[in-house]
Amino acid sequence: MATKRLFSSLRHLSVWVVSLIMLVPLLLILLNSFKTQGEAASMNFKWPSQWVFSNYTVVIESGKLLQSFGNSMLYSVVSVVLGIVLCAMAAYVLSRKKTRINRFLYLFVVLGITMPVNHIALIKVMQTFNLMNTQIGLSLLYTALQIPFSVFLIYGFVSTVPRELDEAGVIDGCGSNTLFFRIIFPLLLPVVVTVMLLNFLASWNEFIFPLYYLNSSSLWPMTLAVYNFFGRYETAWNLVSADIVLTSLPVILIYLLGQKYIVSGMTAGSVKG
Amino acid sequence: MNIQKKIYPAYFLFGALLLYVFLYVLPSLVGMYYSFTDWSRFDDTVRFIGWDNYKSIFSSDENYLRYIGNTLQLTVVTTILKTVLGLGLALIVGQKLWGKNFHRAVIFLPTVLSFLITGLTFQSILAPSGLLNSFLRTFGLDSWTRNWLYDGNWPFWSIYGIDVWKGMGYIMTIFLAGLMTISKEYYEAADIDGANFWGKLRYITLPLLLPSFAVTTVLNLVYGLRVFDIVYVLTQGGPGDQTEVLYSVIFKLFGYGYYGLGTALSSLMFVIMVVIGYFIIRLLNKEVEA
Repeated sequence: MATKRLFSSLRHLSVWVVSLIMLVPLLLILLNSFKTQGEAASMNFKWPSQWVFSNYTVVIESGKLLQSFGNSMLYSVVSVVLGIVLCAMAAYVLSRKKTRINRFLYLFVVLGITMPVNHIALIKVMQTFNLMNTQIGLSLLYTALQIPFSVFLIYGFVSTVPRELDEAGVIDGCGSNTLFFRIIFPLLLPVVVTVMLLNFLASWNEFIFPLYYLNSSSLWPMTLAVYNFFGRYETAWNLVSADIVLTSLPVILIYLLGQKYIVSGMTAGSVKG
Repeated sequence: MNIQKKIYPAYFLFGALLLYVFLYVLPSLVGMYYSFTDWSRFDDTVRFIGWDNYKSIFSSDENYLRYIGNTLQLTVVTTILKTVLGLGLALIVGQKLWGKNFHRAVIFLPTVLSFLITGLTFQSILAPSGLLNSFLRTFGLDSWTRNWLYDGNWPFWSIYGIDVWKGMGYIMTIFLAGLMTISKEYYEAADIDGANFWGKLRYITLPLLLPSFAVTTVLNLVYGLRVFDIVYVLTQGGPGDQTEVLYSVIFKLFGYGYYGLGTALSSLMFVIMVVIGYFIIRLLNKEVEA
């Protein structure tokens, strides 16, 4: 019994230590975002002698945060909406109609999960389609990036929707579009929400693609704007912290609201393999 | 068969396939072609130069093999650490535990943050006068303090540590999901047989978690080989070129204007990853069908 109790205390202790290690960096940033520049210089947990809320307004104005927030929103929303519609349609047909060629296409798409992007050569392709340094170009890129994993996740889920529904729908005179968008798509909702949340997070956090394909700062998403801001105000950790808080806020908010979906969906795909 | 055609029309595939082929696959194929040229920013004509780019990648006069080595080392180390810690944590928070939902949520939280944010945050923590060093000093461990992003091999370990900090929650979550699928009856039967914790772990939990291991390993491998953000934000491949990885070098070559060489490195990566991916898919498919 004594060893069991020791075991249990150890479990509690270790998990608290880990949770603390997870939280400390985030709390550090939050606390220092309210300090003066002098006090934030050493980035510690000393309580601020005065609370400087104006750090946030300074950051929003000098970091052009509203503009980059708008850009991030645009890229994320466009790519997530476009991605979910295209991927759900594709995954549905691939999962339902397993012809030889469709099996091959599924593997071909899913291979993208491991396939790296050739960033430099992608420039040539982007130039050919006049997509370099454009908002639509980056949105389409983000969409393309989502396709392999989204198709993989949705494909696994489609089989839980009874096939009889398709046939019943057709017998009732539905066209394929009506059938899919009115009957099937709503039944995919759990995986749809998951895929959308995951892709939103990924798009919001994306850093390497804007780095390669956007030159004009007016098109930058928040990640790039923050990075640039850090380059200019490296010594002003109070401002950098405020900037970090503002950039992470949407992501953390989405996580808190959609945690159930994010976690359950990621696991639904992984357990099925 | 006609009805099949009607309810599952081929054009449903077009949108996704089009984007995937043109923006994802095509660049890699185009890149293969350019990897045999001297394509650069300094010269408008692009000449075919055979295997020269690949020769310089594998030449001992250059450092590319070391960068590839760095990438592999990062992949192996972080895969092992994330798997061990993720599994350990999943075993802990997968059982009855006061506040387990809180812990699960908190440990997963860094997964959703951007690497950029993570990198900047840890730059401050690892700075010479940062939180980590002052924490060590409070405990009188002054001799342990160091410049974590510059001294000796520590830049590597700083990157690995932060990467694990960020990524192990995801791995834990996948193992948790795997644990849920294991029927309680196995453990009840084992209890009746008088099995202890390690016995149950060895003969029930681990074997039945095999699919989860496959998934987490795939995710970790694919992530590790393609790592860029965290290295770029933390060390920019430095000090010097010590912590350079494949993707950070490709970005540097892009910056310098050596496009041909950059595409050669990318193409090399492409071949490796596609081969890995092919075997993974075959493996996973077998499991799903079995």
